[in-house]
Amino acid sequence: MKALTLILTFAVGLILLAAVVDLPDWGDPDSPASTYLSPHFIQNAMVETGAPNMVTAVLADYRSYDTMFEVVVVFCAALTIMFVLRRTHRETEKFHKPRPEREDSDIILQWAARLLVPAMQLFALYVLVHGHHSPGGGFQGGVIFGAGFILLALAYDLETILKPFREGRLFMFCVLGAALYVGIGVGSLLLGGNFMDYGVWADILGVSEVKAHYLGMLGIEIGVTITVMAVMFSLYADLASGGDMDEGL
Amino acid sequence: MIEATFLWQFDIILMSMLVVCAIVALTVKDLVAASIVLGAYGFLICLVYIEMLAVDVAFTEAAVGAGVSTVLLLGTANLIKRRSKD
Repeated sequence: MKALTLILTFAVGLILLAAVVDLPDWGDPDSPASTYLSPHFIQNAMVETGAPNMVTAVLADYRSYDTMFEVVVVFCAALTIMFVLRRTHRETEKFHKPRPEREDSDIILQWAARLLVPAMQLFALYVLVHGHHSPGGGFQGGVIFGAGFILLALAYDLETILKPFREGRLFMFCVLGAALYVGIGVGSLLLGGNFMDYGVWADILGVSEVKAHYLGMLGIEIGVTITVMAVMFSLYADLASGGDMDEGL
Repeated sequence: MIEATFLWQFDIILMSMLVVCAIVALTVKDLVAASIVLGAYGFLICLVYIEMLAVDVAFTEAAVGAGVSTVLLLGTANLIKRRSKD
């Protein structure tokens, strides 16, 4: 069985390597993607959306529909892990499950976390709001936010951090971010534009159409950040407590 | 054609370290050690993305691949038996 797996792996690897030869070179100006698609984005992204970072412009404006489902996928991951790990009380009584043990907390670790976490959260906000101009955006900002909470949970214990962030409230945040994202899209539909066409918000916000695109991108990035932050922390809380979200690692 | 920003020697070092990390992560018996090696793998992939001038992707990889997913894998390794059988 093991030899068969090895042979299959090598065969598939060889086929993939042979296929790579047919791909266009890295940075090839004659490749299909950079002959008709990329020039449009390079020439028009700044003019149409006001965001110097073209990656953000493509991700949050031109390909906004894709990004919406990425957020939904992240949300579904959190839901699935909760459904798999969560146990009802009757089951808990029947099976005495192994619970992760932890030793007493270290005061140096706690103070280091206390000093580090505000800086992390400030940096996450910077990454979020500066994503139009520099690398970054909603996903990265949300992950850094979530990592701050995870660091607190590691330094103290999960119960302390879960006090303001009960399971229900955590999932409310997950839904809130995704709803903000979809809400902006449906709003532009109601205002007479296409789905996720932020230009139609211009009259309501009292700004130019380009600025409306800019602000719409910021709005959905905030939605992404809220969802990703809550999902990252709920994933950790689920795994650390064995699904009960009460106490643990 | 875009000029490569890094030396090709750097490329080779990076790629060989990637292969070593991947093999170590697969073969090591201790799941905690495997998770940490996988974190190192994520960070090396992040360097490869930077080298290809995809800074946004590299940022995401550094935050998700090297950062949070390592913690999630460690949390999972804590729930199950620590040593793998194969």
